[in-house]
Amino acid sequence: MRVPILKQGDYLIASIQSALSDQELMQLRDDLAEQAGRFRSRGIIIDVTVLDVMDSFACRTLRSIAHILRLRGAQTAIVGIQPEVAFAMVQLGLALGEVQTALDLEEGLALLNKRTQREGPREE
Amino acid sequence: MEERKTPRLGKSSPTPVPEVSPESTAALLRELVAHLRENRTQLREEWVRRITESKLLTAMTREEIFAEATSVYDNYVAVLESGSVEALQAYARDLSERIIPRGVETHEVVGIVLLLRDVLARSLFKKYQSDFGLLNRVLDAYEPAANRIANTVAVSFVQERERIIRQQQEAIRELSTPVLQVRERLLILPIIGVIDPQRARQVTEQLLRGIRANRAKVVVIDITGVPAVDSTVANHLVQTVDASRLMGATVIVTGLSSEIAQTLVTIGVDLSKMKTVGDLQGGIEEAERLLGYKVILEQTAEKLP
Repeated sequence: MRVPILKQGDYLIASIQSALSDQELMQLRDDLAEQAGRFRSRGIIIDVTVLDVMDSFACRTLRSIAHILRLRGAQTAIVGIQPEVAFAMVQLGLALGEVQTALDLEEGLALLNKRTQREGPREE
Repeated sequence: MEERKTPRLGKSSPTPVPEVSPESTAALLRELVAHLRENRTQLREEWVRRITESKLLTAMTREEIFAEATSVYDNYVAVLESGSVEALQAYARDLSERIIPRGVETHEVVGIVLLLRDVLARSLFKKYQSDFGLLNRVLDAYEPAANRIANTVAVSFVQERERIIRQQQEAIRELSTPVLQVRERLLILPIIGVIDPQRARQVTEQLLRGIRANRAKVVVIDITGVPAVDSTVANHLVQTVDASRLMGATVIVTGLSSEIAQTLVTIGVDLSKMKTVGDLQGGIEEAERLLGYKVILEQTAEKLP
């Protein structure tokens, strides 16, 4: 199943609905890279609330998504990492590096607002 | 009768070791039990005397010892009779439950059971002293049963102790890691006592749940009450900080004493990714600053008496 990507103003919200296969993760990466350019988005939120496992491939893909989108001029925030997942990730040494994280969608939007404002409002 | 006397002296006539058929063992045990019932009062008193002499069970009064001795004795005989240790197991567990809080040690419990075994064996020696062969067979029947009983009591006692220790550890753990909210979106986590890996894990789990439940943005972990920090604990702290960051919260660690700071530098733990502030007050002030709070002293404290 494709991850639905919702456009909300300057932001894109990818809301993961179920556990993803590696294939689906790569599909998500491609979709986001394409749509961020098409909608000229400034921020992307990936909601991982439903994931109860995060393996190294998922972490690497999320990292690379953030990297790709930064090159395309957008900030990425991962939101909704569960306590158990967060703990497992640090124990396994899986880092998200410089990727922004936030508690939930609301926090993620607040974070992106702050980050994108800092760079100055975009002239339409 | 004559040939029985010398089965172990290697006489030429190969007197077989008296065969221990189940029936004869059972018969001997029955005889034994009858003997023990008959001499109950005397043997019990002898046993209590030996217990007092050996200075065992000093935490209990003489009357208590006598009462417990009586029930242990009766249970003992009952097990010899029935061959089933289940009743004794239950009794031993019950007994342990009663006497452990009074400070009775494992060696005392094992000691009294071995004393009873000894006292009974001596009474058997006395009874069968004229017939060595019969004594041998009686002991053959008695000893495995007696050993099994001693074993059961000791194991039950130790199990009960372990159960209590587990329970207490659990209780300490529950008590020792409160996650407290001091402001909207600001949690503090004071850690008191030694951090072992299991506890560190538990602290982290509780903190992460607290972050989600209280929607915290900043967490102050205060380790003033932690006596020592080694590389394992430091790494746990780093992991906790990383995990909290994944949940969108910033962590400030406070209360690193000068000794701990020096140790950490000496053993070369990299805490550069960690935000640290000297004491809890400083930590909370820093957290308030991050959250945009401004605390203003209105007047000198005239509301205080």
